[in-house]
Amino acid sequence: MSFIDYYEVLGINKNASEDDIKKAYRKFARQLHPDLNPNDKDAQAKFQKINEANEVLSDPAKRKKYDQYGEHWEHGEEYEQARKANSRPNASGGQNFSGDFDESNFSDFFSSMFGGASEGRGRAQSKFRGQDFQSELTITLEEAYTTHARTLKINDKNIRITIPAGVENGQTIKLKGYGGKGVNGGPEGDLLIQFVVSNAANVKRLGNDLYSTVDLDLYTAMLGGEKIIETLGGKIKLIVKPETQNGTKIRLKGKGFPVYKKEGSFGDLFVTYNILMPTNLTDKQKELFKELQNSAL
Amino acid sequence: MEANEYIPIDFFCKQHGVEVSVISTLHAYGLIEVYRMEEIEYLPLAELADAEKLIRLYDELEINPEGIDVVIHLLKRIKEMQFHIQLLENRLSLYEENA
Repeated sequence: MSFIDYYEVLGINKNASEDDIKKAYRKFARQLHPDLNPNDKDAQAKFQKINEANEVLSDPAKRKKYDQYGEHWEHGEEYEQARKANSRPNASGGQNFSGDFDESNFSDFFSSMFGGASEGRGRAQSKFRGQDFQSELTITLEEAYTTHARTLKINDKNIRITIPAGVENGQTIKLKGYGGKGVNGGPEGDLLIQFVVSNAANVKRLGNDLYSTVDLDLYTAMLGGEKIIETLGGKIKLIVKPETQNGTKIRLKGKGFPVYKKEGSFGDLFVTYNILMPTNLTDKQKELFKELQNSAL
Repeated sequence: MEANEYIPIDFFCKQHGVEVSVISTLHAYGLIEVYRMEEIEYLPLAELADAEKLIRLYDELEINPEGIDVVIHLLKRIKEMQFHIQLLENRLSLYEENA
């Protein structure tokens, strides 16, 4: 636990007036307030620092104690006892901001010196919604293809969620009331789960469409035929047209990825043919190819 | 109108330590929806979190309603852009993995 220079945090000097403190705090609060910086943990951490600095410096009693003991904060408790014995409770004139963060997030330095956030100041008695928690859940492309249930352990509680088919990489779902506890009896925050959908080796996804490359032997490509391919939705029989060129792309309507929360609706599957040249030809085969070559001239 | 889907504005204001006139001002600027039933005004519970955010911007950061309107609009734009960035990253990964 180390000493925190609250004056430095607010960018003011030690002789700053109450008005200077208020101005400095407002300036930072407008930049860093959690409502203006959603999902920005860095801004939230900085905001908590300036909130803590303001909590101390805007309260004359706390500021006096801080100024007097500062780096020797370990003696704060002795000071506190002496102060209680010699003075009546002091009313404060400061203001501290709230938002989607937990007031218990004061630093160890603050807690050690002042014993936690003050009560009865400003809006402290107001009810506030708890902090939103964020979590990341990695699922495979195959898992994202079907609607399925998953049990998550959040803060020692098992939560069973249903993941709808078609969930997108980076998509976030909100579980209402599974976030942090509310302040002063306010409602709980939400749990935001962001999905990371990993790609499969043989198929790529773009939105609701799937892209796949299928190897095709030269003879089927030249003469036409059938090709059975494996897709996320099962096996599909492709009819290969004669004289199919390498790199030919075909579109299979409705054979792509399920559309999120639209049951029975699917994107398309695009198949690109990769024609394989025969290798290790026998003499006979070479002869036949030469014959073919000559007939084409 | 189901009673459990709405919260009386005076109760909401009491809980948050703000004047009812704050809600009226935000409502006048089209930032908040207010429902009136038998002379009592209500806020929809579904929009409670948004209402609390507006109160914080107005009351704590002292941003005026016009400013809040701009802030809310820009936050919405940021969210949309973040979504588009994610989509583009997904699209880019398709080519990066093929390279």
